[in-house]
Amino acid sequence: MLRLEKRPQPSRGWTYGAPVLAVFLTIVLGMGLFALLGKDPLVAIRTIFWDPIFGPFAHFYRPEIIKKAAPLVLIAVGLSFGFRAGIWNIGAEGQYIIGAICGAAVALAFYPMDARWLIFPLMIAAGVLGGFLWAMIPALLRVRFNTNEILVSLMLVYVADVLIKAFSIGVLRNPEGFGMPGSRNLRQYPSAANLDLIPNSGLHWGSLVALFAVIFAYILFTRHHFGFQVRLAGQSPRAARFAGINANRLVILCLGISGALAGVAGMFQVAGPSGQILGSFPSFYGFTAIIVAFLGRLHPVGILCAGLIMALTYIGGQAAEAQLNLPAAAILTFQGMLLFCLLAVDVLTNYRFRLGQGEAR
Amino acid sequence: MTLLELQGLTKAYPGVIANSDVSFDIHKGQIHAVLGENGAGKSTLVKAIYGLVRPDQGKMLLEGVPFAPSDPRAARAAGVAMVFQHFSLFDAMSVAENIALGMENPPKPHALEAQIRKASEDYGLPLSPDRIVGDLSAGERQRVEIIRCLLQNPKLLIMDEPTSVLTPQEVDILFGTLRLLAANGTSILYISHKLEEIRNLCQHATVLRQGKVVGTFDPREMSNREMAEMMVGKDLNAPNRVPSPRGAPLLRVAGLSAPAPHQFGTALKHISFTLHAGEVLGIGGVAGNGQDELVAALSGEMRTDADMIALEGRGIGADGPNTRRALGLCAAPEERNGHAAAPDMSLVENAFMTAHTRLSLVERGFVDWPASRAFAQAVIARFDVRTPSPETAARALSGGNLQKFVIGREISQNPRVLIVNQPTWGVDASAAAAIRQALLDLASAGSAVLVISQDLEEVLEITDRFAALNEGKLSEAVPTAGLTMEKIGLMLGGAHDLEVAHAQA
Repeated sequence: MLRLEKRPQPSRGWTYGAPVLAVFLTIVLGMGLFALLGKDPLVAIRTIFWDPIFGPFAHFYRPEIIKKAAPLVLIAVGLSFGFRAGIWNIGAEGQYIIGAICGAAVALAFYPMDARWLIFPLMIAAGVLGGFLWAMIPALLRVRFNTNEILVSLMLVYVADVLIKAFSIGVLRNPEGFGMPGSRNLRQYPSAANLDLIPNSGLHWGSLVALFAVIFAYILFTRHHFGFQVRLAGQSPRAARFAGINANRLVILCLGISGALAGVAGMFQVAGPSGQILGSFPSFYGFTAIIVAFLGRLHPVGILCAGLIMALTYIGGQAAEAQLNLPAAAILTFQGMLLFCLLAVDVLTNYRFRLGQGEAR
Repeated sequence: MTLLELQGLTKAYPGVIANSDVSFDIHKGQIHAVLGENGAGKSTLVKAIYGLVRPDQGKMLLEGVPFAPSDPRAARAAGVAMVFQHFSLFDAMSVAENIALGMENPPKPHALEAQIRKASEDYGLPLSPDRIVGDLSAGERQRVEIIRCLLQNPKLLIMDEPTSVLTPQEVDILFGTLRLLAANGTSILYISHKLEEIRNLCQHATVLRQGKVVGTFDPREMSNREMAEMMVGKDLNAPNRVPSPRGAPLLRVAGLSAPAPHQFGTALKHISFTLHAGEVLGIGGVAGNGQDELVAALSGEMRTDADMIALEGRGIGADGPNTRRALGLCAAPEERNGHAAAPDMSLVENAFMTAHTRLSLVERGFVDWPASRAFAQAVIARFDVRTPSPETAARALSGGNLQKFVIGREISQNPRVLIVNQPTWGVDASAAAAIRQALLDLASAGSAVLVISQDLEEVLEITDRFAALNEGKLSEAVPTAGLTMEKIGLMLGGAHDLEVAHAQA
């Protein structure tokens, strides 16, 4: 009989090996899925995983992947602080939207002034502050009234969603837009636009900030006292209290960091790839980032890889839909399989399979 | 008449042989002790008999028939029952409901209550079936477990360290029950490392050391010292104390009161005592009488009015743990895994966890890992912690080793006042001796040590003064010299339900 046995220590080998095995398993299972749909499995896998990076049109896909990954990584890195500490910010999507509204509002307030040195930094600050303050609502409610931050942050997503729709047809509407909903396109306002720093590279300021966030988080987790407190609070809350860690301060800091990063991600998105405040601006980045955070095992470098892989399956999946006539549902199923395999294989890090009779009660 | 015969039982785990060729017999109606240090293989042995572990080699015969239980259910069906050291009871449910949950085919509730009452009277175990378990003392909880076993009419009852949570009077009640059971033909396998008890209760004892049987004898014919040395395999030294004059008062607790932190906690009621430099004060009591709450209030996990606790004249009751550490007060709570130490973190991280304040291991917000590692290594070396490396996760260490590390971590910070709760709980004899010696050395060097312990022998051995904690109230502290077990028992408020049930009268 096959059974699971807890390892005395997490396995180092499997910590790194498990994601590789998971991707391999997904490819095998996905090939089965595509074969059942009557497509050539090898071609399908190549279209999703290979062509966007190395194929003949890779120069078109690669920047798209980076642009898609940047907000995911930025938000997920922020979320990883709270998730490691056992503080569950499910409302990053809301903080992302509010950050976008604040950033765009600053830009539109200055339109058409020509002062990028002033406006762009102010927009960044507004995005950070907007997301931060939006996250402070669940944080302070939890600290003061012990409310559940999962519910509060999640419900504030719907509030933010309504707000952005209202702003897009209200005060932020483009006065020269012939009454159409939506703000001015920030991409066409040089002082505010967040365009590729090198044309067609996908590297805009948001991508760079995401990369900085990864490095910053890595240092914080491994070297800084705050990172230690976050890890301790998540692993052993009682030991954290004994170590003198102030749980309320941690709630505020963790929700604040994730809110600030989600907010600035929203600002970079609205000033760059999206361009304008519009009812359709929210695109579930804030929710997908939760998955990215866990796929990356709440480790900054892992999150970077997970964000890129997620983005790859989106871009590659779209390509497969278009080129191979695969139904959109098949692509979603395939992405689901990837997540499922990653989480399932994760068990090998802390457990091992044993043959034979069980001994645990 | 032999009930259970063990023949050459062997069980190996990766890297360690837990049992090696263990053979002995248990007769019907016999109370048979298995003695040994932690890690000697006692647990593995009883788990094999109870069907939790399958031995690699050897066989067992129950009443002459081969016996190889594949799981505890099979063992219970064959007539083997076990009372574990840690209870598996639900606080929010009644005694009868808890007992029904552990049975294969529980009878109807009223029938079960009648059975519980009958067993309770027959065996002199006072217990009311409709009480809520959360309100019971540790001794009463144990009775729930015992009655759960007795309702299955076992041929063999295994008791794993049953007295660690009992007052002396409760121990007497338990022993009365066990003797009655034995007289009625039930065999009892009694696991313990407390020698005095075994001499009182058992006619036969088997000593295990490093998985092997090193002796079988009648404990009534051996001295404690002989038995202890057989267990440990070397000569034991009693802890010795360099006498030091009682110094100035360091920690003054005055009228400390606090509400119970949770539903089944204990409120602290007007606790007052003074701890002097150079002394060891012992606080005894049965678990659940406010020990955890007192430690939390002293360590700073639970805040009180500032003036309730004063360290060298400064009110610290409202300060957090790190402020108190900075002022010289360190603490080691009872639960190692998840409270005193984070099980998934390395020893280096666990060393940093409480030592960073006093050793300045944080510089401009950044952790000084090299210095933390050096400190962890120093603790490991000084307190003989057996670990492959300081990077090993705390959960990979045995209980005794982790306890040495936790206590060593606090002592190595040179605290002015050290608070320890159950410093040698679940620790083998030689490690316990080392920990006790280290506590005495700390006091001799001029610090004040508060030892909260349920192990009364330990309290008598190392403390200068003793006070009893009972239902959140602390008695007056009295000099330990001249105290006897009986006096301590009375100070602890005696047994809960001291009157033994009617049937025995």
